Amino acid sequence: MTSRDRLGRRAFLSGGAAAAGGAVAALGGRAAWASTRPEEQPPAPDAVGQVRTTFRGERQPGVATPPPSAAAFVALDLAGGVDRVALRRLMAVWTDDVERLMDGRPGLTDTEPELAAVPAALTVTVGYGPGVFTAAGLEDQRPTWLAPLPSFTHDRLEETWSGGDLLLQVCADDEVAVSHAVRLLVKEARAYTRVRWVQRGFRRAPGTTAPGTTMRNLMGQVDGTTNLVPGRDDALVWHGEDAPAWLAGGTSVVVRRIAMHLDTWDELDPHARDVVMGRRQSDGSPLTGTREHDEPDLEATDDLGLPVIDVAAHVRRARTDDPAERFLRRAYNYDEAPPPGQLSDSGLLFVTYQADPVRQLVPVQRRLDEADRLNQWTTAVGSAVFAVPGGARPGEVLGERLFGA
Amino acid sequence: MRTLRPSLPRTTRRCLALPAALALGAAGLLAGCGADEPATDPTPATTQDDGTQDDATQDDGASGSAEVLEVLDPWVVAADEGMTAAFGTLENTGDADVRITAVSSPASSVSELHEMAMADGAMVMREKDGGFVVPAGGSHVLEPGGDHLMLMDLLEPLQPGQEVTLTLTAEDGSTLDVTAPARSFSGAQEEYVGGDDHSGGMSGMDGGDMDGGGEADQ
Repeated sequence: MTSRDRLGRRAFLSGGAAAAGGAVAALGGRAAWASTRPEEQPPAPDAVGQVRTTFRGERQPGVATPPPSAAAFVALDLAGGVDRVALRRLMAVWTDDVERLMDGRPGLTDTEPELAAVPAALTVTVGYGPGVFTAAGLEDQRPTWLAPLPSFTHDRLEETWSGGDLLLQVCADDEVAVSHAVRLLVKEARAYTRVRWVQRGFRRAPGTTAPGTTMRNLMGQVDGTTNLVPGRDDALVWHGEDAPAWLAGGTSVVVRRIAMHLDTWDELDPHARDVVMGRRQSDGSPLTGTREHDEPDLEATDDLGLPVIDVAAHVRRARTDDPAERFLRRAYNYDEAPPPGQLSDSGLLFVTYQADPVRQLVPVQRRLDEADRLNQWTTAVGSAVFAVPGGARPGEVLGERLFGA
Repeated sequence: MRTLRPSLPRTTRRCLALPAALALGAAGLLAGCGADEPATDPTPATTQDDGTQDDATQDDGASGSAEVLEVLDPWVVAADEGMTAAFGTLENTGDADVRITAVSSPASSVSELHEMAMADGAMVMREKDGGFVVPAGGSHVLEPGGDHLMLMDLLEPLQPGQEVTLTLTAEDGSTLDVTAPARSFSGAQEEYVGGDDHSGGMSGMDGGDMDGGGEADQ
């Protein structure tokens, strides 16, 4: 049962491109993540736990692979004196342990090997912040886009949630698997790094919604209807062979922590909420359509000649005529203990992947910063940018095309 | 970065060479002196005292019982200086038991085979008399809290992710080179009980705190 599940998973992952050429494209942005597993026998009781995602390959996992239900984003800062050789050693450690963990095997020094037996589609994705290139003496290899995003008017960024030299993105359909992997990888790195911040997030649990259902955020909105489709929009996500060797098969990841002001959001009645978004909270459909994936008609006017979709509605402001200003979203909700006197501390880990965040993401963020009704109820409190090096090919250490073999 | 805590002064450590008497003729015997063959010289590590290896050849130099030996998942505890331990699973694919009688490493001036045992009511580690027997078609686990390889005196800091070569010597003199990556590890803090009358071979060798350790990465 297990091996069949694994085969099914792999077949699905590698089959995304073929699927995207046909039916998926016609769905207007419905991701290749909208997989349907062939109906066979009922799945094994532990099927979710035994799903394994392939670690080795041209690309790191955790980007184009379906987003599992739980995620931890861990930013680490390099300790003083860490240089290129030390980074190479750290990558050797992580490469080995990540490969084991994703395969459901204990880490090399695992003191809780029992926890590794349920990988639950575990993926670990490693990113490099600007500081890596400084420490390694490889500034000439640092992409020009690898820098903090420009500051936006509505940002209230906190150091607590911003920056970082290294990123570990750990995702799985099981929080124990995430926790165990984070603990192991962080403690294996302790000679070289210090934890800067940890942001945990969640989506719907596996088996609770139909495959391909667009996630909902904690404001209730269908979030991510218009998204890149892995396999179809690869050029917008991945660097190819024309990139530096270490970046071929790589991308960038931007992690922004968007606080939601749910107490004031609660004051809006359903209609007002829909006006803010330009979409209906009920089913995500645009106010000019009836289904989630209907294309919003930004020209449509009502009986009074007013735009059906408000001039500052989120969906209008986020739209662009430039097809290059798109990126792959893979967001997670967060919900932490509130500070004294408040009811909640909730929001969205807005996580995007794109070949070039300055070219693709920043223009959209700038437009939203200039005018977006949603800004009244959301505030970016954290922001970090990392380069995601190409995957570890068979026999390779992650990042060895940057740090040296 | 951490250091395995040497719990006794250096002068109490045992010296390297396993007594010839330990080269048993009959594998499987727990003790005895069937040493009618010349003692294999457990190649003194000092011949390759260049710290961690740079161009480590991975091919084992096995030409005997070590040929049927494999070590799964070897690793060694990263340490700045002094002692550190190495672990892994010894697997014997042959049809005869293999007795490991010595270990050496260019990373350490002295290396030993150790076991955990009760002494005076407490678990301690000490050199294992007779070495490790890996049963035919079976395995022998080296792990924290159990049998392990002990690098007694690191020549250079051993950083996480760095690799060291460990050379296991079987009783017939055949050897197996193993590449073990170093990892940060908090465990394996056992008390060490060295031989109480072995103090030779260590003088002038307390150089575990050399600078660097940064250049040689396999």
